[in-house]
Amino acid sequence: MQDNKHDDEVDKSAHAGVRTPLDHTKTVNKILLLVAGMFCFAFALVPLYDVFCKVTGINGKTNTEAAVYTATDIDETRTITVDFITRTNSGMPWEFTAQTRKIDVHPGQMNEVAFYVRNPTNRDIIAQAVPSVSPGTAALYLNKTECFCFQHQPLKAGEEALMPMVFYVDPQLPEDITFFTLQYTLYDITRTVDKDTVDVAMN
Amino acid sequence: MKFSSFISYMSVLLIVCLSFAAQAIDTGRSNLNMRPGVSDISNQVYGLHMLMFYVCIAIAVVVFTFMFYSMVVHRKSKGAKAANFHENLTVEVVWTIVPFAILIFMAVPAAYTLIDMEDVSKPDVTVLVTGSQWKWHYKYMDNDVEYFSVLATEQGQIRNQLTKTQNYLLEVDRPLVIPTGKKIRFLITSDDVIHSWWMPDFAIKKDANPGFINEAWTNVNTPGVYRGQCAELCGKDHGFMPIVVVAKEPAQYDAWVAEQEAIAQRARDEEQRLLSMNMSMDELMSQGEKVYGAVCAACHMPNGEGLPGVFPALKGSALALEDIPGHIRIIVEGSPGTSMASFAKQLTMSEIAAVVTYERNAWGNDTGDIVQAKDINAIMYGKE
Amino acid sequence: MVSTTDTTHSGDRDADTQDHVASDHIDDHHHHEAPYGISRWLLTTNHKDIGTLYLWFAFIMFLVGGAMAMVIRAELFQPGLQIVEPNFFNQMTTVHGLIMVFGAVMPAFTGLANWMIPMMIGAPDMALPRMNNWSFWILPFAFLILLSSLFMEGGGPAFGWTFYAPLSTTYSSDSTALFVFSVHIMGISSIMGAINVIVTIFNMRAPGMTYMKMPLFVWTWLITAFLLIAVMPVLAAAVTMVLTDKFFGTSFFDAAGGGDPVLFQHIFWFFGHPEVYIMILPAFGIISQIVPTFSRKKLFGYASMVYATGAIALLSFIVWGHHMFTTGMPVEYEIFFMFATMLVSVPTGVKVFNWVATMWRGSISFEIPMMFAIAFIVLFTIGGLSGLMLAIVPADFQYHDTYFVVAHFHYVLVTGAIFSIMAAVYYWLPKWTGKMFDITLAKWHFWCSLVSVNVLFFPMHFVGLAGMPRRIPDYALQFADFNKWISVGGFAFGLSQLIFLALIIKACRHQGESVSSQVWDGAEGLEWEIPSPAPYHTFETPPIVR
Repeated sequence: MQDNKHDDEVDKSAHAGVRTPLDHTKTVNKILLLVAGMFCFAFALVPLYDVFCKVTGINGKTNTEAAVYTATDIDETRTITVDFITRTNSGMPWEFTAQTRKIDVHPGQMNEVAFYVRNPTNRDIIAQAVPSVSPGTAALYLNKTECFCFQHQPLKAGEEALMPMVFYVDPQLPEDITFFTLQYTLYDITRTVDKDTVDVAMN
Repeated sequence: MKFSSFISYMSVLLIVCLSFAAQAIDTGRSNLNMRPGVSDISNQVYGLHMLMFYVCIAIAVVVFTFMFYSMVVHRKSKGAKAANFHENLTVEVVWTIVPFAILIFMAVPAAYTLIDMEDVSKPDVTVLVTGSQWKWHYKYMDNDVEYFSVLATEQGQIRNQLTKTQNYLLEVDRPLVIPTGKKIRFLITSDDVIHSWWMPDFAIKKDANPGFINEAWTNVNTPGVYRGQCAELCGKDHGFMPIVVVAKEPAQYDAWVAEQEAIAQRARDEEQRLLSMNMSMDELMSQGEKVYGAVCAACHMPNGEGLPGVFPALKGSALALEDIPGHIRIIVEGSPGTSMASFAKQLTMSEIAAVVTYERNAWGNDTGDIVQAKDINAIMYGKE
Repeated sequence: MVSTTDTTHSGDRDADTQDHVASDHIDDHHHHEAPYGISRWLLTTNHKDIGTLYLWFAFIMFLVGGAMAMVIRAELFQPGLQIVEPNFFNQMTTVHGLIMVFGAVMPAFTGLANWMIPMMIGAPDMALPRMNNWSFWILPFAFLILLSSLFMEGGGPAFGWTFYAPLSTTYSSDSTALFVFSVHIMGISSIMGAINVIVTIFNMRAPGMTYMKMPLFVWTWLITAFLLIAVMPVLAAAVTMVLTDKFFGTSFFDAAGGGDPVLFQHIFWFFGHPEVYIMILPAFGIISQIVPTFSRKKLFGYASMVYATGAIALLSFIVWGHHMFTTGMPVEYEIFFMFATMLVSVPTGVKVFNWVATMWRGSISFEIPMMFAIAFIVLFTIGGLSGLMLAIVPADFQYHDTYFVVAHFHYVLVTGAIFSIMAAVYYWLPKWTGKMFDITLAKWHFWCSLVSVNVLFFPMHFVGLAGMPRRIPDYALQFADFNKWISVGGFAFGLSQLIFLALIIKACRHQGESVSSQVWDGAEGLEWEIPSPAPYHTFETPPIVR
């Protein structure tokens, strides 16, 4: 009974010979290369993610450096409504409001809006504004030529300021997007910043 | 037994089970099943869910029927002799293609519903929803109404000292109010860690990511009170930050908004008035105890003893006994890198003054210190 | 302990004739006295010993992780906070998950791989025996670190086994450092083990054993090993980024510094999804060994089984987004991940059909391994079907982060992976010990586990659908009745495992009826050609496979 069941016969009587010690070095090295490669790949995911998001705009992050305005025709047939939301993160005591809460723009047209900030406390604070756009895909088409979010913003105790933001909406904005929201969250980064390297860019 | 008889028996059994199950499940509001909800989208989602469910049941029944039949009929103890086949191209191709087709059948309606759900255009009302540890904040973008929404269930119920009431853990002090029949757009973000805003009756669940906004929308058909919960682990009180939305007819909603604006204005006026006033020790202690119970006791415990190693005790602590400015400052600014958040936005200055006074005098601390709203104002904005 | 040729212990064991297989005399110079005592276990390079170590370690970890589950279910027995504080509850859910994934399921499969792969391919041992020893011994070290973090001030990790940032970075306690260190060590262990498996299978198969003649268990482990090599380094990177964000001022996941918390989820789930296939592919292999044996019929569709496993492994790399449908992903990507995820059910379904077709018109008997295998097929299929429901994005918005998900993954992991491990242990235990285990105890174990596991996890579908989120220590009143039953099921399932413990201890004492090398009359494969208990060294001379 037993013999019929085996497709693979095991021939123990014929010695295949003594085993010589095998050298696995080449195989092991190839695998180790793969391990190292995947480790590096994971870290590479960080800049890859950034690039991917910049190119597709899907996570709503906007340009982190000033865009250059290339003169294009203003598309007067389309009107895009832009909402501005201002928030301060927990523990950030500044007043932060958008002077213009909502603005209707044409793609290709330059617009300037201003944001009011005030440090009501008795200590100097450095802030970082982090923008986020919803729907995320609209972020790709929001081009800021001047923004307080590009640098750290310091305010001395009791100081206030008006921060401009200049932008234009790229005419390539998909047809189905007729409005989007831009949110700025202000973080207190005084503790993490070396005061000597602060840039100032305000009125 | 013959395979055909087996199939007949199984089919009858299946039909009986399914109809019974359908009765039990499809009652709209049951403990067994998702709810259809109160918007067109939520009903579509429910429909998709039930469709998938029935398809899965059907697949399971077919597969298990073959399997159980085999277990009964092809048993060695029944004298079954093993056949010899171990491949069959036709059968294998069929049972690859057919499931593939079933998947397409399921995926297409799902994709359409999804595209509908993500279309946030032309809203009537926009609300900014901010999650933080461990409460929600709502701000209406079309007017100036904004407020925190905090769990209203008392600690006594949670700690099993009081009987639990019907909406245990699903009630808040100030619910979100929206109009029915209008498109409501939610902008969702977070102040600290990732939370998630989930309203089962609207089929909305969207993560609240710190520093980023997400969008969702709904259009509620039926007025009523709807309850949801935070749906992303966010720390110790993840289970204690519910969401309550009250949907009102548009006219009532407008009235409510006007009322809220009036309330907010009165609160601002009151705050100004209190800044120049002094409250008595009794007033401060009484209000302080309320604030403490609603806001601080979850971590620092009703008896002020905290949780050793995790949340510091206030009873007998140096901050509460000696350092008044430090005591005020830690509540106003929070303690970065710890769970102690800043409460400057959630509490008014008089509330902070009351709770500081309470903490300095309760549980035997008995410092006799009295802290007024103007002291808080001084720390937050002035010289010290 | 399961010792194969421990000739120095007194007692009722077969004698030292088992030391050497008849055909190998030649290079015996390593075999003086059979090793014994603590140094045997500390220094062993023998795949059978190391397999035993892994299996015992996994079982102990299973009981430890299970105890944490008992704490969770005790707190959830009734509404209200009765037993633990919410912060400790979160530590329990976190460490329960970490232990079960990295301390129970993965080491158990690795233990089975160590024991069985060399024998199944006619090799004398694993390719890198000394690295094999290290792979094992760093594991108890890693878990000691993890468990000790629970006693730190501030408590142990409490952010879920998925440790999303910024909860795990800015808002966690200092024990995060120990957690990171411990995960690094577990990762190194898995990677070394996987390297060993791949090199062994590539280089040491007996002459005549072509790839398409290898047993399915060997195939599934080969593919699993490649998945491990590919994704454990990604976990290592993710956990390192959490460490640097928390302690060294980087901002990978911190919006204030220009980072993105959702990036963490992408990196984690790029590891996390293949990880769950790592935890199930060996199970598929085990079932593919057991069902043909007890159906007395060859596995149906051997080649499709191999291709299906490969397809599942490849697909596992492109579905990670289905864990992130609520993060605010654009529609196009949600649709892509939905389709790709649904696609995985095709090769998985093919495997289930093939097992049923193997049984069809076979000659089936219902020994304990077969009962566990059948339970696996039915219950894993239920888990897989709930997975299919989860893939549907609009519906997932209602299921995500609720008990519906908890039900799904416990069905595939407990009644799936864990049951397959138990099936494998029952299947191969007589080969390891030379004795049939106590069948009465085994039957009690099976039936108690089967009933209690369903009482435990099936109602979770309902409470999840009814609206109960996961990772909460207290819940609204409408969930109370089901939670009570779930907890009862949990306690019962926990107790049932003590039956298993008793049975294993009994088996290790070599009590029971002796078995032949064949053990099960339908079994085929090289491991059934050698005596039971398997000699300390086997296939020192390779067999020729035709």
